[in-house]
Amino acid sequence: MRLFKIILGVAVVGILGFFGIKEIIADPVYFLELFLGGLTRGSIYALIALGYTMVYGIIQLINFAHGEIYMIGAMTALIVASVLGLWGWNSAVIVILAIVFAIVYSCAYGFTVEKIAYKPLRTAPRLSALISAIGMSLFLQNYVMLAQTSEFMPFESLIPDFKFWEPVAHIITAVEMTIIVTTIIVMILLGMLIKFTKIGKAMRATAQDKIMASLVGINVNRVISTTFVVGSATAAIGGVLIACHVGQVNFFIGFLAGLKAFIAAVLGGIGSVPGAVLGSLVLGISESMFTGYFWSEYEDVFAFSILVIILIFRPSGILGKDETSKV
Amino acid sequence: MLKLKDVHTYYGNIHALKGITLEVGEGEIISLIGANGAGKSTTLMTTSGIVPAKQGSIEFNGQDITHMPSDDIVKLGICQVPEGRRIFPYLTVAENLDMGAFLRNNTDKIKNDFDYVYSLFPILAERKNQAGGTLSGGEQQMLAISRALMSRPKVLLLDEPSLGLAPIIVKQIFDIIKKINKDHKTTIFIVEQNANLALKAAHRGYVMETGAITITDTGENLLVNEDIKKAYLGI
Repeated sequence: MRLFKIILGVAVVGILGFFGIKEIIADPVYFLELFLGGLTRGSIYALIALGYTMVYGIIQLINFAHGEIYMIGAMTALIVASVLGLWGWNSAVIVILAIVFAIVYSCAYGFTVEKIAYKPLRTAPRLSALISAIGMSLFLQNYVMLAQTSEFMPFESLIPDFKFWEPVAHIITAVEMTIIVTTIIVMILLGMLIKFTKIGKAMRATAQDKIMASLVGINVNRVISTTFVVGSATAAIGGVLIACHVGQVNFFIGFLAGLKAFIAAVLGGIGSVPGAVLGSLVLGISESMFTGYFWSEYEDVFAFSILVIILIFRPSGILGKDETSKV
Repeated sequence: MLKLKDVHTYYGNIHALKGITLEVGEGEIISLIGANGAGKSTTLMTTSGIVPAKQGSIEFNGQDITHMPSDDIVKLGICQVPEGRRIFPYLTVAENLDMGAFLRNNTDKIKNDFDYVYSLFPILAERKNQAGGTLSGGEQQMLAISRALMSRPKVLLLDEPSLGLAPIIVKQIFDIIKKINKDHKTTIFIVEQNANLALKAAHRGYVMETGAITITDTGENLLVNEDIKKAYLGI
């Protein structure tokens, strides 16, 4: 089995490498466009995937309502931007306020979802919490559909096409660049939060051993709530950015984006924060290459095929720890 | 200081503690000995609020803590070193100690306590940037005790500090336990299967059998008690 995996791996890499290099030489600019497009896509996946992986790391739950939190972020930004736009406010102020409101609303929803749907099931079998998560996802989708509309709503890009950016705009747009840069900043801040702050250490300790965490005086419920809030905040930022990029939102956008980010988290190794980022970038870039060089109609099929392949060959993901190595 | 009165604890349908009554006085070292499955660890978990009592009461300095959440119990100064040590495996030694001081904010005093535990166990200072999971069993026990000390506990609950360790390390750990009791007047409650060592170190001892306390006396008297010699000391 092991030999078979190695041969298969070498064959796939060899074939892809051969055709890849041929294509890159034939049209390097096209390749670069696809690569940067993939990086943008991967950045958005990463912002959402972080929420999945952090929540999984701490309570071993796949929070299927997480995609909806992202959608609520995008919706909130749309509403704030439309209202402020009507009042004729300055566009820079609108961007900042839209992001702030999106974060606040998404965090409030993330916090409440945990309290209502997951906390009462903390000691129940994992399947119960999972079903509760799926229920919450459907509830939030339908709630937004009824409260807002089921139509696609245009979302005017909040990020202007900067003049100085024009020379390279045909390769990567200002919006895409903003997405990548914002994601990098968010990742660095989050990494510092987890590595150096007291609450970050408490999050890691709680993920490793909840009983011991409470024996050193950590309020485990508060740490879990904080994890949901932090994950919701990054998803909200992702929601605003993707809405700017795609130019429209509706109540259903969270579903597919959530699933893709989930695939990315599994690909990187669910429960691992660097894994989620790596998995997202790998998924984003390979999706982009696939649609650019093969069939763009099969984009989603490709992503889900990747999920199936990882689950067969490396269920713990790229950076995931094997269960046996846990002490 | 710490009083358990007729405490009953259940795991689902299993009646693990069947009316435990015991008392730990300030500055004492108390040992609770008994066979596997007698309910020794459960006694500690119930005291720490992890498995709350169904019946009976637990008092600490006159305050009822029977149904208090575990983190509030730690705040009062009752800190446990649980069975199997439960080091956070992917946190470094220093981060593990940091977590011990989670409830404290005075950075100067925390720093002093870092120095204190490093002086008790110099090996921890050498390994401070190493992941907790990579330490040996003895080192992990030292780290677990140090982590508990970082919270400046009034009562230290130790669950099987000798478990799985070489005799020379066990002796070292018990010496340190006595030193902690002397240096800080820390009250210590030890749960042990190694009855000989535990009773030698203790001022008083309790013997436990299938969920109930059967004998209580001073450590010295228990060591010479015929029944105990037969059952636990193997003499």
